[in-house]
Amino acid sequence: MELELHPLEKYIRTEKMPTTWCPGCGIGTEAQAFIRAVDELKIDPKKIVIVSGIGCTGRMPHYLRFDGAHVLHGRAIPVAIGIKLARPDLKVVVWGGDGDILSIGGNHLIHAARRNADITVIMNNNFIYGLTGGQVAPTTPKDTLTYTSPYGPDSKPFDAVKIAAAAGATYVARWSTAYPVLLKESFKKALQHRGFSFIEIISQCPEIFGRINGFKDPYGLYQKIRKIGQIRRGIGPFETKYDWNEEITLGEFVNKDEPTYLEQLSQIIKEAQESGQDEA
Amino acid sequence: MEELTKVEWVRLPLSTNYAVAYAAKDADIDIVSAYPITPQTTVVEKLSEFIANGELKAQMIHVESEHSALSAAIGASAMGARAFTATASQGLELMHEVLHIASGLRLPIVMSVAARALSAPISIWGDYTDLMNTRDTSWVVLIAGSAQEAYDSVLQAYKIAEDSRVLLPVMVGYDGFLMSHTYEPVSVLANSGAALRYIPKKVTWATLNPERPITVGAMANPDWYYEIKYQQVEAMKAAYEVVKEADAEYGRTFGRSYGIIEETDTDGSDLNVLTYGGIYGTLLESSEIIRKNGIKAGFARLRLFRPFPYEEVLKLAEKSSALVVLDRAITYGMPIAGPLAREVISVLYSHGINIPVYNFIVGIGQRSFTENDALKVVSASFEMLKRGQKIDESIYWGVRE
Repeated sequence: MELELHPLEKYIRTEKMPTTWCPGCGIGTEAQAFIRAVDELKIDPKKIVIVSGIGCTGRMPHYLRFDGAHVLHGRAIPVAIGIKLARPDLKVVVWGGDGDILSIGGNHLIHAARRNADITVIMNNNFIYGLTGGQVAPTTPKDTLTYTSPYGPDSKPFDAVKIAAAAGATYVARWSTAYPVLLKESFKKALQHRGFSFIEIISQCPEIFGRINGFKDPYGLYQKIRKIGQIRRGIGPFETKYDWNEEITLGEFVNKDEPTYLEQLSQIIKEAQESGQDEA
Repeated sequence: MEELTKVEWVRLPLSTNYAVAYAAKDADIDIVSAYPITPQTTVVEKLSEFIANGELKAQMIHVESEHSALSAAIGASAMGARAFTATASQGLELMHEVLHIASGLRLPIVMSVAARALSAPISIWGDYTDLMNTRDTSWVVLIAGSAQEAYDSVLQAYKIAEDSRVLLPVMVGYDGFLMSHTYEPVSVLANSGAALRYIPKKVTWATLNPERPITVGAMANPDWYYEIKYQQVEAMKAAYEVVKEADAEYGRTFGRSYGIIEETDTDGSDLNVLTYGGIYGTLLESSEIIRKNGIKAGFARLRLFRPFPYEEVLKLAEKSSALVVLDRAITYGMPIAGPLAREVISVLYSHGINIPVYNFIVGIGQRSFTENDALKVVSASFEMLKRGQKIDESIYWGVRE
């Protein structure tokens, strides 16, 4: 009898185990929530493509058994849009860290949202550049430390929920690794959503962010994330909070139906062709 | 020599990245802008520590990409600030169009590059593909072979860049990981004041100034663009002399100088090996086993890649029966694919020197190159030389075809 390592083993590249993620890292929780969502939705795994940039989170396509591309730092979103336009039948998922998605790739995020490009962007927010050893990120909250901001960040952090919503994303949610079931449900919605869906996940980076901020073990940092993550229902994206000392608001803040990028493109082509026929 | 006695040094165990950070601090830079990238990151981490501790009075800009890092350095330099940045690999590639802006605007920015392989596939490991891609950007490119030399080269880099005959940005490269992350004893100045006697802070370049408004970088039409770019050709020629002067003056002031090509046993040898970066250390380590195998090999290390030091290369070639050129980068689509080998062959041909040049591609994506590899490469070359054989294609050492 063949031994089954895990009920969801078919979605995992077991030959790539162990992962490079540190013990206690939150990214594994996200990966598991995602493959559970895919499994429950009964999506054909051959219809999913995962695109990532650089960073700890960027390792995702190495470990999940879907078609995948590990591309340049910040450029996962435009690559994903290219894939989606070439093969509209596929579900295209971008998975990246806060540095990848909000810093070097920030411009791509707002433009993909503006276009309502039919892709899902998952952003692991661990407040720091983890892979390169702990530099200040665009999400680093006030009153926390990094190795390039040893006395605290010099600027206020980005609130990704507000940015995505303001840029026109049609599905926006924020969860944390403390709520893997709610995260899984949110993944299911995003995967079925028409248009641009954006999910931010507040996650623990115990080795880098945790250590410099005085958390002696992953559990302590996890508890902090659990405590500040407040789920609020029925509020809009601009009523949410992103505050390390008080509250990082979790929940689903935008879910609306608008024409996707591909539909808008097709519509313009159709109208142009029809008007051309009239003139002829 | 009187100056020499006044200089006090502190000997510290430093990685090349940290040595570079110490040099930037001692150069009293005004601004550092950078984005994290392996294996550069600890340069700017150290600098942010210096700034945070008050050891360096400078502004650190945590930018959102390398494109912005060099752009911010350009803005600061255009305002007369002494600007510094550091990068590697894809970061240097993302900067590529900005590299041309920095040199075209004639801004004396200094940047360190922990040389690393390029994607795809992703490799965080060292080779020189990134640095060699900057060949035509009109930056002066120095390549250090030790942490001490990297420290000294960053100070020399400001001397070269800010010389009014040059006014070009300078890049100081070194091996990613093999140097960036390994520790060596390094002598750093006990106080920055001594460095500033060598590189006084004086704005020698044209800057922006709202009091007397000008526009830099404005549109140049076919009637003048060519002449403006030709000025960079002239500046590069001047840089060749200034690099030598800066090194000599560094020697007089601080007691250490390197010349343009570092050489060991190159006189009266059977053949000479030429390379760049930290691999030179491996070659020196291998010299004993090579000698025991009955081959008299000399070793040379190029310290300057742009402007290309053709005079020193010619002198080396004139006393060599053959040159073995080790390259840690590939020029795809050329039979002789090593960037240094190609430059060497071009210089030899235009001066009518017809000795065999054996080009080996080694250390790609940090594939190990050991003393034993050095022995085999030199032995293989010596056999070819004895047979009078030349090669018309690079030898891809150790590749599994």
